[in-house]
Amino acid sequence: MSEVRFTDQHEWVRLEGDEATVGITRHAAEQLGDVVFVELPQAGRKVGAGGEAAVVESVKAASEVYAPVGGEVTAANSVLEAEPAKVNEDPEGAGWFFKLKLSDKAEFAKLMDAAAYQEFVKGL
Amino acid sequence: MTDTNETLKVTPLHALHLELGGKMVPFAGYAMPVQYPAGVLKEHLHTREKAGLFDVSHMGQAFLSGADPAKALERVTPADIQGIPEGMQRYGLLLSDEGGIKDDFMTTRLAGEAALYLVVNAAMKDADFAYIAEKLKGQATLAPAPDRALLALQGPLAADVLERHSPGISQMTFMQAKRVTVAGAPAIVSRTGYTGEDGFEISIEGKDAEKVARALLAEAEVLPIGLGARDSLRLEAGLCLYGHDMDDGIDPVEANLVWSMGKRRKEAGDYPGAGRIAKHLQDGAAKKRVGLRPEGRAPAREGTEIADKTGRIVGRVTSGGFGPSLNAPLAMGYVEKEFAANGTKLDLIVRGKALGAEVVAMPFVPNRYKRAKK
Repeated sequence: MSEVRFTDQHEWVRLEGDEATVGITRHAAEQLGDVVFVELPQAGRKVGAGGEAAVVESVKAASEVYAPVGGEVTAANSVLEAEPAKVNEDPEGAGWFFKLKLSDKAEFAKLMDAAAYQEFVKGL
Repeated sequence: MTDTNETLKVTPLHALHLELGGKMVPFAGYAMPVQYPAGVLKEHLHTREKAGLFDVSHMGQAFLSGADPAKALERVTPADIQGIPEGMQRYGLLLSDEGGIKDDFMTTRLAGEAALYLVVNAAMKDADFAYIAEKLKGQATLAPAPDRALLALQGPLAADVLERHSPGISQMTFMQAKRVTVAGAPAIVSRTGYTGEDGFEISIEGKDAEKVARALLAEAEVLPIGLGARDSLRLEAGLCLYGHDMDDGIDPVEANLVWSMGKRRKEAGDYPGAGRIAKHLQDGAAKKRVGLRPEGRAPAREGTEIADKTGRIVGRVTSGGFGPSLNAPLAMGYVEKEFAANGTKLDLIVRGKALGAEVVAMPFVPNRYKRAKK
């Protein structure tokens, strides 16, 4: 059982048990354009909800990736360091950025579900 | 973004950009395509491999007439304008009285024509035209040509493509310019561009722009290219972007553009800001524009501080990003002269971390201009 939620900063987070996988949304990847560089957090680093956790750079610009929920980083998708284009190819799958051990499930519940995020993007 | 479009000017190709799926952004007061559906990376690589068509109609075109427009124009530039042979174009810097760079521009002497044809940067055109008209008052008359469009066809296959629409055009060599017909439209064509590739710039009446653009885009080798790839192409070619890599506080010596000053002009010292510039030519300037290759893959963007290996800040990045053909990050910026030699190891301060970088010769990607055989 997993559930996916979204932030207004265009991250997605998939929760399985207390492990949260984080990436950027398809909309964000399309807006950024071709990704050429990612900087990922080290395992063991603690981040708060909304805190800067990673960096994604396209040909055009650099953007921060924020942790949708607080917790301790357990893994980073180091494949992206060599193949940043994976973020564009499969942003909500193989293009994930990092995993967190979630500290507070209430933070996850506060985020948008898929339908709410679609509405949010439509309004931009 | 859409609501600002009302106040933005558009080029004669606006409807075509929208039809092609161009992502329109404000640039220099115009709605311009930053990219098309192919995306910046593919558009960049396509231009280096085949041919790309750019709409640069937002740039300022004008004709300068008078008893001796070339002599008059030398009042505002250190370029050798009088020495431009018939049928040739030349790059020059527009200087303030203090020797600061107000813009860079191209001057063309068309065969058999008394007036000079000028092209200046989009963001600066109103200011440039007012400045030139004022400085040359009584000597020459500047007539802006806002109804003209400008297309750039760039890439190794550009000549093959243009030959089909303007027979004989591929005989031209780098920096030559002439009046011809392109796809049935009267045009001023020069074998120039701002990508480091072989290619052409095609000035036509605005009313003919869509017809010519469609004829070129119908060729299998050609893709439309947006401003995003135009920027990464010019950066790989080591070319300056006005307002970023140079401005009116920078002189030609600091900007490493002394090659654009005429030999006769340097000797005569008869150009604006000659006091400061001659001193810099003699003694060197305190800072200089250089190319930088960061280690690793993290791009260092405009504004990034440049430090020496002791951590002292010795300069700043003025253009930086990722070079799709280089498949690596690249940057240009200004550093204190002691650090300007090729091979100098420096650090770029990216998000608080020092990333190693080396001063390198530009262009980053070799130019492929079709120069005349000597």
